[in-house]
Amino acid sequence: MVELLLTPLSYPFMVRGLTAAIIVGVVCAVLGTYIVLRGMALFGDALAHAILPGVVVGYLLGGGNEIWLSFGGLVAGILTALGIGLLNQGKVKEDTATGVMFAGMFALGIALLSTVRSYTVDLTHFLFGNVLGVSNYNLWLSGIFGSLVILTIILFYKELLVISFDPILAQTLHLPTKFLNNLLLLLIAVTIVLSLQTVGLALMSAMLVTPAATASLLTRHLPVMMILSATIGAASAVIGLYLSFYVNIASGPAIVLTCTFFFMLAFANQRL
Amino acid sequence: MVAKTAILQQVIEFRDKLFDLQPQIRRTNFSLSKPFRQTETCPILELQNVLVRFNETLALDNISFQLRKGERVALVGPNGAGKSTLFNVIAGILRPTQGQVNLPHALIKDKNEQFAIAYVPQRNQVDWRFPVNAAEVVMMGRVGQLGLFHWPKRKDWDMVYEALELVGMAKLAKRQIGELSGGQQQRVFIARALAQQAELILMDEPLTGLDMQSQEDIFAILEKLRQRQVTVMVATHDLNLAAERFDRLMLLKQRLIGFGTASEVFTTDLLRQAYNGQLRLLETNNGTVVVEDSCCGGGHG
Repeated sequence: MVELLLTPLSYPFMVRGLTAAIIVGVVCAVLGTYIVLRGMALFGDALAHAILPGVVVGYLLGGGNEIWLSFGGLVAGILTALGIGLLNQGKVKEDTATGVMFAGMFALGIALLSTVRSYTVDLTHFLFGNVLGVSNYNLWLSGIFGSLVILTIILFYKELLVISFDPILAQTLHLPTKFLNNLLLLLIAVTIVLSLQTVGLALMSAMLVTPAATASLLTRHLPVMMILSATIGAASAVIGLYLSFYVNIASGPAIVLTCTFFFMLAFANQRL
Repeated sequence: MVAKTAILQQVIEFRDKLFDLQPQIRRTNFSLSKPFRQTETCPILELQNVLVRFNETLALDNISFQLRKGERVALVGPNGAGKSTLFNVIAGILRPTQGQVNLPHALIKDKNEQFAIAYVPQRNQVDWRFPVNAAEVVMMGRVGQLGLFHWPKRKDWDMVYEALELVGMAKLAKRQIGELSGGQQQRVFIARALAQQAELILMDEPLTGLDMQSQEDIFAILEKLRQRQVTVMVATHDLNLAAERFDRLMLLKQRLIGFGTASEVFTTDLLRQAYNGQLRLLETNNGTVVVEDSCCGGGHG
């Protein structure tokens, strides 16, 4: 048994992958509690898809340099988040605005990427992640930005709580509501970029939504929900990666399926 | 250590300047156990020729009135009369297309201290599954005064429990809000308004769907608020309760049809103007009897 657990750790790429997956699992899950509570699950999914053109432009300009990839993704994420906000102010409903931006940006990303010869391989990596190919640079990026995201959530805990539970109260309390809403969008964009290589864009929403949704079935206390969600996110990351190592399936989907399994368990537990 | 604190202070000041956060923060030295300010005379709020237009639709038309300190006002009118819109304008959430909202009371006060208006939302606008308990909801009322990066202190929790005590909910403070009854949920939100140190509380349909006993509990709390000189404005569909339990009534249908005591406002003529075909007025020997003809469930007035 111990050997089963230790064998994968003898490979440096597995250790890096595990560390990255745990960071991503925790950060996504904690931020995910706000996404679930505010009913933004669809938005998170859309935003993840919509950063593709940014990542591709970064890829084309930087020739595979990871700094360019992350930077491009972040710029696209922020632009899309603000773009959805802008469309939403007009006569278009929010979910319609999200749908339009999501599909448009995603198509732009694929169109740009199709100009490259190694198109399909690159697209697969962007869409489904490549956690075993995580570099040291990527690990540092995830660590630093992940800590910043968690720190911001702690610092703005009570304001984000108020604006999520009762936006009208936030206004009557004269809280900086616009700033807080944009801050949350920025946090989601940053989290998506730092999770890019671990689970990929297509499966991102599972990491953002599923652990938090599972936790919401198990507790009715927000701080407990955040801790539980983080634990489920991290556990899914570890179990998923071991599964991927031994059963020989792709790592991103293995992590997401583990998450989904936990959700099913919690759901069944509630029904019983 | 001292140097560190000074640096931290500078960093905080710089951050506040950067985000322009400081003006948002209000600090008052107020304890729930003290009565509200008593020196001010009425009015506490004044609307002058307020007009609100959404695209082509006129939601509020030329509304002017004053509210007195400590009074209890019922806001009545048919569905779509603009009741919620009026609340939003008073609470400062919606800027009127034309006209002014004046807070004369606040103007004579220290500049940084803003007039606190609390809003108790309709029950169907709240996500009752949200993972917070009663005490945490009440603490949300303190968030504006705590300011950014400040955690609730003992004093704040004391105020929260004092507010919960006042509405008779201290024992259920740790209950998740979805596990409370309708009346209890309403009381928690009133406690939140108290923790917010509100001098004017706007309540949107607080009595809808409550049984008689729960309604009486709410009125008992409103009585306590009156003693504290808190002004309360309640939107309601129940014309009987409005006539019996409130100091003044405001009859709204885009325009202000009438504002005064029940006998001044509930006249056949004014009720017809406001409700048109939605109310039946039966002339009897004892005067006019009002029979409600329309259903009112969950409408946004």
